[in-house]
Amino acid sequence: MAEHREIDHVTGAETTGHVWDGDLKELNKPLPKWWLYVLYACIVWSIGYWIVYPAWPLATDYTRGIWGYSQRQVVTEQVAAGKAAQAGLRKSIADAKLVDIRTDPKLLAFSIAGGRAAFGDNCASCHGRGAQGFVGYPNLNDDDWLWGGKLDEIYATIRYGIRNEDNNSRTSAMPQYGVDKLLEPAQINDAAEYVLKIAGKGADAAAAGRGEVIFKEQCAACHGEQGQGNQELGSPKLTDNIWLYGGTKADIVKSIHTGRGGVMPIWHTRLDDVTIKQLAVYVHSLGGGK
Amino acid sequence: MCCCSGLLIGADMSVSSHNGPQGSDTSAIDRFIVAKSDSASIEAAPGIERANVAAVNSKAKAKSDKPSDDSSLYAEHTKIHPKRVYGMFRNIKWAVMIVALVVYYGLPWLRWNRGPALPDQAVLFDFENQRLFFGPLEIWAQEFYYVTGILVLASLSLFLVTALAGRVWCGYACPQTVWTDLFVWVERFVQGDRNQRIKLEKAPWTFDKFRKIALTHFTWLLISAATGGALVFYFRDAPTLFVEMFSGTAPSIAYVFLIVFTVTTYLLGGLAREQVCIYMCPWPRIQGAMFDDHSLLVSYRPLRGEPRGAHKKGDSWDGRGDCIDCKQCVVVCPMGIDIREGPQLACIQCALCIDACDAIMDKVGRPRGLIAYDTFENLEAAKTGGTVPVQWLRPRTILYMVLIPIVLGLMTYGWVNRAVLEVNVLRDRNPLFVNLSDGGVRNGYDVKVLNKRHDTRRVAVSVEGLPARAGAPTVEIVGLGPAAAQAIDVAPDNLRALRVYISLPAAGITALASDVTPITVVVKDLGDGTVTRRTSNFRSPRP
Repeated sequence: MAEHREIDHVTGAETTGHVWDGDLKELNKPLPKWWLYVLYACIVWSIGYWIVYPAWPLATDYTRGIWGYSQRQVVTEQVAAGKAAQAGLRKSIADAKLVDIRTDPKLLAFSIAGGRAAFGDNCASCHGRGAQGFVGYPNLNDDDWLWGGKLDEIYATIRYGIRNEDNNSRTSAMPQYGVDKLLEPAQINDAAEYVLKIAGKGADAAAAGRGEVIFKEQCAACHGEQGQGNQELGSPKLTDNIWLYGGTKADIVKSIHTGRGGVMPIWHTRLDDVTIKQLAVYVHSLGGGK
Repeated sequence: MCCCSGLLIGADMSVSSHNGPQGSDTSAIDRFIVAKSDSASIEAAPGIERANVAAVNSKAKAKSDKPSDDSSLYAEHTKIHPKRVYGMFRNIKWAVMIVALVVYYGLPWLRWNRGPALPDQAVLFDFENQRLFFGPLEIWAQEFYYVTGILVLASLSLFLVTALAGRVWCGYACPQTVWTDLFVWVERFVQGDRNQRIKLEKAPWTFDKFRKIALTHFTWLLISAATGGALVFYFRDAPTLFVEMFSGTAPSIAYVFLIVFTVTTYLLGGLAREQVCIYMCPWPRIQGAMFDDHSLLVSYRPLRGEPRGAHKKGDSWDGRGDCIDCKQCVVVCPMGIDIREGPQLACIQCALCIDACDAIMDKVGRPRGLIAYDTFENLEAAKTGGTVPVQWLRPRTILYMVLIPIVLGLMTYGWVNRAVLEVNVLRDRNPLFVNLSDGGVRNGYDVKVLNKRHDTRRVAVSVEGLPARAGAPTVEIVGLGPAAAQAIDVAPDNLRALRVYISLPAAGITALASDVTPITVVVKDLGDGTVTRRTSNFRSPRP
């Protein structure tokens, strides 16, 4: 545009001619040529980028780039590198006995860290992120164990699971006293009262007296004469204040009525032995390990 | 006069090949620059010739560049060849440059003994291990706010200095200025002073020209590589990395940064030079907000200098200005400006024009200070014959002078009280507490002990705060056993994470008044007895 342009008297440069807000003007100075060349260089560089790296989305795919770079590939390599870096420790764990892992600070720290990670991926969905459990899913933090709290016992429980199709899995069966009509409702009530009594929360002494007889006939075989439980059979200790299915009278009545038998998956087909060992050590270290 | 005959208004002397393919019209430029004097005279004063030059970055130039066609939409870059100047400010600049370069290149090589477990480099930014080492100071990642404090101090100091004396950072201390100055020195050493360099630029490509230019650029690349190398030495032990770099075993990131900084130093210091200050750097544009009417700035005093013009021997100095229009201030300027046009964005206030003009004033027998550090207030007052002394203390400077010691004091206080045994207690949130089979309750905690000393420390962990009637709690540490029996070693300059379980028996739980009981975790250094306490709480079922 060859119109008359105003010259700014301070800098000697011309202005664009446009005025904002009454008196605000903009200088129109020539851009340095090198700036333009740098822009061109950036454009060329970016075209190069498109060619070598993934760049443009297509309808169902994207341009891959001739270098074949893939962030997923990078992650896969990093995971593999991480595993390789851990290989020495993992071998040590594979070769060591569980008790030895627990006494070696380095292996212990590694197992707890690895166990915590594997726990979150595999166990937390039933046992909770903090292993605190839920109704029907044991709290792994406490010192009350159904199938044994020693390292080897925890290890076996994780490996083979409970009441599944694996031949080595833990298994037992509590009769469904109410559903199968093995006991009358009144009998179940009395038995429940007795259980409450031995747990220290009894209210009805007369019913508890009758319940004791029923208990010794029906329950003691698995739960023990004093209700101390049997870790061979996974039958809970009924005298402590930790209840897997609830400790109110109604909960106990329901347990007797329907019977109980929790299920746990087989893990040795899904996890490698080193991970299972780490999990065993981790669970054992949650505070209740024997 | 005859001695100047070879240096007449020859086209090979002028640097007026500005933008546009239409070339330059020397006489047209002269019409603007040469004010009222005799344009045929080429001597500004006896023995002092007028440099036939227009300032490259000048408003007079801008006036002449009327864009009559599109080819001048972009400006050609005209290389600036500043002339060697002698004087006080030049010497100050040399001194600052030498100190800056010695510090920059030398600092990574200083040693500081911190014991066998830690690096012995005095200044090391150990990103690999998340530590910053400055001599005796060692900053961990979570203490990064000390670096923030240093940056705040640096900024405030910069603001103060700029409010007092203008762009001293730009003119003397900025790395761009220092390295450009160094590169220009190399160029002058190889190719000669300004006139020779201009000649060489215009000369055809002979072997001699090729040799000189190649040597210049090669030296620049060497300096750039040393600069890049020095930079990476701040991040990894210098003697080790030096050997590794030459044997090809350095970490690849070191090579990457070396190459990046070599290239950028060469480009910015060798090729871009003043273009960085004018177009790339944000600092010049903020400078306008940094100084005011009382800041000392490099200024031409028009009341003394105008009307300017050549001065013949024996002439009176009455009724005319002291400026003899020799243009020495223009030829020594590394930015290519004419300071006589007034304060401008491109002036980095390096004061070389002051040195040049003072030398000329000495030669013609006039007082120095035609160009000098002066304030707007004083220049304005001079119009009516007054002077305004420099007002060092004014609200702006007082504010900075108050803030700097405050920030410094805060940082010093923080540093002096910095704990060398840091303890973090994080209680479990999931689950809040665990019921035990005997009716007791257990809480879990992650206790992290940070040993910031350079030797191994032995600590003991205990718990206080539970009511006495609750009985003594059982405190266990995973992997170690009962806490009371433990002397726990924490490696030097390292962290140890402990998993601590605190339990109370059933009877103790009933003695608690609330479901949240405040407790204190006590970590005692068994070596010197210092005790660090952290509060947390113990949770239990609601009573």
